[in-house]
Amino acid sequence: MSASEPEEPGSASSRAKDHSPWNWLLFIPIVVPLIPVFFNADSPRVLGFPRFYWLQLAYILLGVATTTLVYRLTKKRGDR
Amino acid sequence: MWRDHLTEIIVFTALFLLVSVMGFVAARWRAPRDMAHLDEWGLGGRSFGGWITWFLVGGDLYTAYTFVAVPALMFGAGAAGFFAVPYTIVIYPLVFLVLCRLWSVSHRHGFVTPADFVRSRFDSPVLALVVAITGIVATMPYIALQLVGIEAVLKTMGVTGESALARHLPIIIAFAILAAYTYQSGLRAPALIAFVKDTLIYIVILVAVLWLPQKLGGWGSIFDAAEAKFAASPNPNDGILLNANNQLQYVTLAFGSALALFLYPHSITGVLASRNRDVIKRNMSALPAYSLVLGLIALLGFMAIAAGVKPLPGSSAGSVDSNTVVPVLFDQQFPDWFAGVAYAAIGIGALVPAAIMSIAAANLFTRNIYKEYLKRDATPAQEANVSKITSLVVKVGAVACIVFLDPQFSIDLQLIGGVIILQTLPAVALGLYTRWFHRGALVAGWAAGMGLGMWMLYQIPNPATKRAHFGGSAFPLGDFGFDTKKTIYVGIVAVLVNLVVAALVTLALRAARVAEGTDGTTRDDYFADEGDPRVTPGATRGADAAPEPAA
Repeated sequence: MSASEPEEPGSASSRAKDHSPWNWLLFIPIVVPLIPVFFNADSPRVLGFPRFYWLQLAYILLGVATTTLVYRLTKKRGDR
Repeated sequence: MWRDHLTEIIVFTALFLLVSVMGFVAARWRAPRDMAHLDEWGLGGRSFGGWITWFLVGGDLYTAYTFVAVPALMFGAGAAGFFAVPYTIVIYPLVFLVLCRLWSVSHRHGFVTPADFVRSRFDSPVLALVVAITGIVATMPYIALQLVGIEAVLKTMGVTGESALARHLPIIIAFAILAAYTYQSGLRAPALIAFVKDTLIYIVILVAVLWLPQKLGGWGSIFDAAEAKFAASPNPNDGILLNANNQLQYVTLAFGSALALFLYPHSITGVLASRNRDVIKRNMSALPAYSLVLGLIALLGFMAIAAGVKPLPGSSAGSVDSNTVVPVLFDQQFPDWFAGVAYAAIGIGALVPAAIMSIAAANLFTRNIYKEYLKRDATPAQEANVSKITSLVVKVGAVACIVFLDPQFSIDLQLIGGVIILQTLPAVALGLYTRWFHRGALVAGWAAGMGLGMWMLYQIPNPATKRAHFGGSAFPLGDFGFDTKKTIYVGIVAVLVNLVVAALVTLALRAARVAEGTDGTTRDDYFADEGDPRVTPGATRGADAAPEPAA
């Protein structure tokens, strides 16, 4: 289920499409939002939002930034 | 009583009729050469580009029930209800590459459902049947719950009646219209309607989060009001933050739900309808926009606390229907016409996923039960026809569930649905990466995971509603003999046991040299993209699995 599952050996050309070291970056937005010590606190508040809420909403940006980055970095490698 | 809400009812009805017309017209939108084909009716011609996919999948995953139930959970329990946000964040990086593989192999072989893939990959109609039935059982209550979403809105508008039939007449009519245009237009109907649904949702939420906090004294006092409410309640597990005992539940529920989401047949239907891999990847970056909306919608639950909302009474005496929290908030705080728009957003928000879910369930029945067991030589036209009729049956079943049974039954089933759909993870999701598991072992693992999951859910009481069983998805680890008050999400435990059993049985079957069947897919299939000569172009090619002899 993880983004970079090990793969049985295959031809080099087809491997290039899905196998890039950049894909490992996808683990960041999977792991970080699931660590409660980072977000489970009230202070500091931002615009009245306790940290629990603003930080988890901010993780959305982390997710978007990472998937966008990986998409851009791997796109040139022959995948359209 | 409904007269007080006349403006709301008129706006709601007008918008509802507008999308109904769109639903029927959708058959001509991006008109296919031949609608009598499952690829056309059930997958919109497999031709949707980035924008349509964004609206379609967004409208599909973020359902009316979510929009009603998540704030209701925040209203009742606080921080624990916010799991929906990390859940919908981790989902996209998690499936970023997985869905591309599924898309490629499905287009090469003309797969319409996840069970089609499993059948070919593991050469096992039995495993495919197990996956198909699991998918149908998990999807049915989900459709019924969309009706719960509409009913919460209708109830707030005072559209109720004395007898059960009178009370349910509006949703029966709504679903009859929905069934008619889904029958006619297939996946094109929800795709087109999703544009209206999502636009309305975005407008309503934007207004709500900019305007309501000003009326309620700012975000800071909204959170303070929620904190005061939870401090006064006797429940030890509510609050605006998590405590030591429910953190594990929060994280495992978010992660487990994320694993489950794209195993649901309706999510896969939306993905397979896209034009190419690039559309999927770009959508993985764009779909979190809905997560932001969902997070803000969740906070409506706290706004309702600050505004002193009292949910309407439930079906039995003395109970409250917490799903009415958001509709009542809108009724109190918005001018009537805008509350009508907001209600329409929720109501239409129920139609889009209900349509896609019924299409997905119908496709599963057609491809993996009808064609596999009842009529092997079904033509594409017959397949499309069976699917259309099944989609009607599915909707009638969903309405019957709500009219004749306690809606709580559907809510219980939906809770179970999330756990059982997770049990198809080893076959469907891991199957995309490895064929290491033995087909027999996957069935055994599925059975173990199902059995354990059902038992655990059965054991969970809910003191708040005084129910002895199926009271939630948080299982106390103390029941396993651990000396702790921590709770964990049932689905995660069940799927781990599933994996362990599948692995052990695989080793046993392999040692006993039980036949494994042949893999109907090749390595290359998992990387194919639009333009590949062997990728099924949809309208021009048959949807039969493996059109060419499989290697």
